[in-house]
Amino acid sequence: MDKESQTVTAIAEEKDTVGDFTFPERNKFDAGYGLSEATVDYICDVKNDPDWVRDFRKKALRIFEEKPMPTHWATKDLETINFDKIRYYLSDGERPKRSWDEVPDDIKETFERLGIPEQERAFLAGVEAQFDSEAAYSNVKDAVSEQGVIFVNSAEGLKEHEEVFRPWFGKVIPSSDNKFSALNSAVFSGGSFIYVPPGVKVTHPLQAYFRINSENFGQFERTLIIVDEGAELTYMEGCTAPKFETATLHSAVVELVAMKDAKLQYITVQNWSSNVFNLVTKRGIAHENAEVRWIDCNIGSRLTMKYPGVVMKGKGARGEVVSIALANDGQHQDTGAKMIHAADNTTSNVVSKSISVGEGRSTYRGQVHIPKHLKGCVNNTECDALLINSKSKTDTYPAISVKGNKHATQHEASVSQVSEEQIFYMQQRGLSEAEAMSLSVNGFVNDLVREFPMEYSVELKRLIDLEMEGSVG
Amino acid sequence: MSLLITDLHAAIDGTEILKGLNLEVPKGEVHAIMGPNGSGKSTLAKVLAGHEDYQVTSGSVSMDNQDLFAMEVDERSRAGFFLAFQYPAEIPGVSNANFLRAALQARMPKGEDLDAVEFYKEMRDKMGKLGMDQKFTGRAVNEGFSGGEKKRNEILQLMMLAPSYAVLDETDSGLDIDALKVVAEGVNTMRSPARGFLVITHYQRLLDYIVPDVVHVMADGKIVKTGGKDLALELEEKGYDWVKEELVTS
Ligand SMILES: Nc1ncnc2c1ncn2[C@@H]1O[C@H](COP(=O)(O)OP(=O)(O)O)[C@@H](O)[C@H]1O
Ligand SMILES: [Mg+2]
Repeated sequence: MDKESQTVTAIAEEKDTVGDFTFPERNKFDAGYGLSEATVDYICDVKNDPDWVRDFRKKALRIFEEKPMPTHWATKDLETINFDKIRYYLSDGERPKRSWDEVPDDIKETFERLGIPEQERAFLAGVEAQFDSEAAYSNVKDAVSEQGVIFVNSAEGLKEHEEVFRPWFGKVIPSSDNKFSALNSAVFSGGSFIYVPPGVKVTHPLQAYFRINSENFGQFERTLIIVDEGAELTYMEGCTAPKFETATLHSAVVELVAMKDAKLQYITVQNWSSNVFNLVTKRGIAHENAEVRWIDCNIGSRLTMKYPGVVMKGKGARGEVVSIALANDGQHQDTGAKMIHAADNTTSNVVSKSISVGEGRSTYRGQVHIPKHLKGCVNNTECDALLINSKSKTDTYPAISVKGNKHATQHEASVSQVSEEQIFYMQQRGLSEAEAMSLSVNGFVNDLVREFPMEYSVELKRLIDLEMEGSVG
Repeated sequence: MSLLITDLHAAIDGTEILKGLNLEVPKGEVHAIMGPNGSGKSTLAKVLAGHEDYQVTSGSVSMDNQDLFAMEVDERSRAGFFLAFQYPAEIPGVSNANFLRAALQARMPKGEDLDAVEFYKEMRDKMGKLGMDQKFTGRAVNEGFSGGEKKRNEILQLMMLAPSYAVLDETDSGLDIDALKVVAEGVNTMRSPARGFLVITHYQRLLDYIVPDVVHVMADGKIVKTGGKDLALELEEKGYDWVKEELVTS
């Protein structure tokens, strides 16, 4: 299955939008097209996985094969994914580098164009940069590692830190959770493993960036973050892919564990090209008085299905999902939140804002579960949709199951439209139609954008502007 | 140099509202348009601004010899046309400061950025002159503003954008006498040989404070009478029926 390395021509093929460029492939390891037990063995061999991981993967493969597509509730568009036409593992066989100077030129240029080394210098505590299946760069600042913080890729995590990794791996999200968590569990590669020791408050964010470079490729990173008692961490994730002729699959699993009194914030800004199927499972466990926050911004992709969840397992735990989704022409953002209250006095908060542009469609799916035997639980859910054009679509499926009467829940939903009078007013002051649209959309998400670190809110505004530019005239 | 409207006909949903309107506002002058409700004053204002609901069926408008109808709404604005709306729109989530900044930035040459410090200084200064609380910089444009606050905000934008021609559509409605004076004072400071004003009003009261050079009376989509500032007083005294009767008899 190995493919001969190709000569590197460090000239990226230019396209017109951010992130829409690609370098020629030069993979030393290529699992080929299609998925079978042999594919899983190939990945295990290349990665030199321990036996328990090989077993884990093979069990997951069987679950994946048995589980039907969830099209009884989700979109039929899932059926267009052809699992035989996807490549499940691609890498150049290089170990992740600790210095950008050692990273191969084309990969380095890719990340430079995406602004990663610059952000690292400016405000990050550590960075991992993944190119197709494996990390090309991984570094954490000395001051952070001296505090005992572990920040490595998943392969290194499961081998070098098995005693911390293994007890939680696949426990927050079992392989059988859904068809795509099973798929990820079978073929995962890359992603981060992070451990923050008790009491350590990491002041600057750690960041991972996931880049797809190859066509017909599936990216299946796996992230596990454990923040020990009283510790704090903010983790940020960014993603892009060039626009290919054929569909690309991104199917990650992210598991978070916040021990007693810990605080963990996970921020995503994804800007996938419009033919990526982005089917991601993300869930966190919050122990006593711990807090897990998902801050999620979904721009681009053909179909995103993502419902970050928090299981509030300990008394007084808090869970939060703050999300922004923008669905442009031909895109479907099917996003939401799952809040599982499993202890007394737990609090969850969901704020979701979606924007549908052109023929774009956004769907909110919520699940709030508060069982009868608990008391003092609070949930607040607010989902607002903004429709830009008459053909834009939005739908909301809030499932709130609250048993017993010792709880407080609140649900608000709204659908609004950018009015012609509003756009006319702004144009009369000299803004072009696209600028007016952009400003309106930015205004709509303004209160949520403030939740993002400054550096990211600027980026977010720029991405929204780019999306709106193409949407008018 | 003027805003010159020639034989303008315009319709909405197939109903003709403007029926051959002629008017010239030279730079440096303040003209008032008075007229009964429904005579087409706001229609004129929106047609000049380029609202897409209205169809211009014939006639022309030139602004300093530029064809206004050849320009998009935003181009007209950047070329120096300003409309203070009778009913200003609300823009949720967009602060007054950000909106004004974006409007001014849109007027900058490509690649040049607005001087933020200078901008805030100027905005605060003008808000002071209009008796607007500084907290309005951070509030969403017109959202939850009272009628009077909205009108002040329109004048703030007028002062910041400093257009060549400004149409004020019933800026006096919804204002108490003190607010009216402040707003009129704001407009008066903007009077200049480099700027023309068209002040639309239903009542004579505003014209006590913004004294016009010329007064036009509009009825049924046309200018039916033109005179000096005394015409406004005469109208106030005799009522609009007087103009309508004159129309019928003429
Ligand atoms: N969509 C419409 N279809 C038909 N007539 C309309 C429409 N909108 C406004 N009008 C009419 O246009 C006329 C002029 O309105 P307007 O310009 O607002 O008058 P003014 O500002 O002088 O009070 C009114 O008679 C009004 O009823
Ligand atoms: Mg009117």
